Amino acid sequence: MASRPEVIAPPEIFYDDSEARKYTSSSRIVQIQATLSERALELLALPEDDIPKLLLDIGCGSGLSGETLTENGHHWIGLDISASMLNVALEREVEGDLLLGDMGQGLGVRPGVIDGAISISAVQWLCNADKSSHNPRLRLKAFFTSLYKCLSNGARAVFQVYPENIDQRELILNAAMHAGFAGGIVVDFPHSSKRRKEFLVLTCGQRSVNSSVSKGKNEDGESCSEEDSEDEENQTVCISDRHRPRKKQKKNNKSGKGKEWILRKKEQMRRRGNAVPQDSKYTGRKRKDRF
Amino acid sequence: MRLLTHNMLSSNIKGVVNGFPLRIEVEKVVEKTVEMNGEFLKKMFEKVDWKALIDASRAMGYTELPEEADSSMLDSDEFLNRFHHALLEIHLEEGALVCPETGRRFPVNKGIPNMLLHEDEV
Repeated sequence: MASRPEVIAPPEIFYDDSEARKYTSSSRIVQIQATLSERALELLALPEDDIPKLLLDIGCGSGLSGETLTENGHHWIGLDISASMLNVALEREVEGDLLLGDMGQGLGVRPGVIDGAISISAVQWLCNADKSSHNPRLRLKAFFTSLYKCLSNGARAVFQVYPENIDQRELILNAAMHAGFAGGIVVDFPHSSKRRKEFLVLTCGQRSVNSSVSKGKNEDGESCSEEDSEDEENQTVCISDRHRPRKKQKKNNKSGKGKEWILRKKEQMRRRGNAVPQDSKYTGRKRKDRF
Repeated sequence: MRLLTHNMLSSNIKGVVNGFPLRIEVEKVVEKTVEMNGEFLKKMFEKVDWKALIDASRAMGYTELPEEADSSMLDSDEFLNRFHHALLEIHLEEGALVCPETGRRFPVNKGIPNMLLHEDEV
């Protein structure tokens, strides 16, 4: 995708009948969605007891991500704002239940009943104000607080997001943290601009033993995490720090010791009985340049 | 929409204190057969609001669920079958969900409830 759909139109208008069909008939998108959902499910780290879970799929669209959940044996409830996308989902006869709703209005779900939530490429839509009544900050807050409420204790929520810039990522993350979530961002393939994928992994309630955020994937299959890159930044900062104090000292020498210091010294000398010139308005003044 | 989903949904309108359970207005009910998973049902039993499930299943025309239920009944296959049928196999295809406090109707078309709120309800 060369341009971001978010800047073209609001989601319920952008994903009209033709766009919804295009989205689902493109085998490339289907494949990307499947791998993203697979990875999101992996990051969800559900307990491996073979009991089906009740999951939420936020921004389920035509149910591409829900299909992955069904394949893994889970029950899911999908929420989307685009009726056209949901119609395609109906045609594809997805197993989960579908709701037409706006995540920015909060989720109308009873507290503590959901075992986990995933969302593929949807949360960044919340950062746009498509109507005059929309306030991204409030909509993010409504979404995350209602999500926090409906998740059961220790449940996780994984969002694959395409933030437009650092500010947007921060906005989303802050809203999540304010709602009470713990967690962070996992970046897969951080060095590849095309394959780079960001996942927001949030844990709800009591931190379970394995609540540490999983590591991102790398080209070589090695794992690497956001913290590594932060460490590198810190190192460079340290190097530049080493030079700074010297510069400051030089500056201090140039400016001299000041009037106060001179007066103090003169007072000291007087107390010792030395002959010291009188204090005047000229004491400690700088000579004129021409001198 | 299955009754499982209905049992999880509550009205989200601003100012509504208790938006659960949503009353069901039935126009058309569809039944789909789903494979039963006892473990899932046992897990869900703890979460499901039994009163709401009874009322909802009656509204949909299924009256075989017992009035009271406790976890000891989960050992009986007959009970599990009924619970499974009510929870996962009855779908509300056409109709509406009604907020118990404000009476606001959320129409259900082709099995999809329209939960979109108006601007003054957010």
